[in-house]
Amino acid sequence: MRLLLSLLSGSLFGAGLHISGMTDTARVRGFLDIAGAWDPTLAFVMGGAILPMLVAWRFTRSGASLTGDAFPKPTSQEITRPLILGSVLFGAGWGLVGLCPAPAVASISYGGWQGFVFLVAMLAGMWAVPPLRRMLDSGAARA
Amino acid sequence: MDNAWLLGLLGGLLIGAGGVVLLLGAGRIMGASWIIGGLVDGSTTERGPTFAFLAGLFVTPALLSLGGWAVSTQATSQVWMLILGGLAVGIGTRFANGCTSGHGVCGLSRFSLRGLVATIFYIGAGVVTVTALRVGLGL
Repeated sequence: MRLLLSLLSGSLFGAGLHISGMTDTARVRGFLDIAGAWDPTLAFVMGGAILPMLVAWRFTRSGASLTGDAFPKPTSQEITRPLILGSVLFGAGWGLVGLCPAPAVASISYGGWQGFVFLVAMLAGMWAVPPLRRMLDSGAARA
Repeated sequence: MDNAWLLGLLGGLLIGAGGVVLLLGAGRIMGASWIIGGLVDGSTTERGPTFAFLAGLFVTPALLSLGGWAVSTQATSQVWMLILGGLAVGIGTRFANGCTSGHGVCGLSRFSLRGLVATIFYIGAGVVTVTALRVGLGL
């Protein structure tokens, strides 16, 4: 059940990214180029994706999911330094190439060597974060 | 293409539907960086569902391409940009605990302040980067 639901979710996500043009880096970078030839498509994609989720969150206030797993609890609302600096770093990389994590995976079959190089670098970056965090934490503890 | 916004909206609805399936079906948040990152650093306890999700994520675009709906990523061939961009996206999304899907789609739709702040900062940094590259380097 969990496997099937995950497969279905990923399939819908992939189809949506592909159809909406979000695996096309020119379209994504066009959205970020507000002072140039601005392409508003990404805003429609974001809006379209948020709509069904707005409804879904309303059903998570009570009960449980189909598999019986509990719904996610309200998370911390603390605005932390890693949240802001991490998002700035992510945005810079996103603007540089025009790919974020999901489209980088969704476009594997047609992204060519460029997509492959980006994906490997992204996975390396993700892999490096836990040791980086430990280094930063121990550095902060000494200071 | 004239109907880019319509395809954008349609694709967006499909992405949202994917989020709904995972949330109401399995009680999980559809955050790509969290799902991929958890596999890469070994922190996930759910390898099976993670592989199933990622398989769906790249197989449907592959099938659509084969079926005649081709999309080109038009990614840069500048290797330094690909490597730097990939590292920044990988490190940034894991430090921020989310990316466009987690903080953007799933966070904003539950009125999460952290999701909103993250989204403002990554879009802002993206705008600055794209503008600086175009104006400064002509890329």
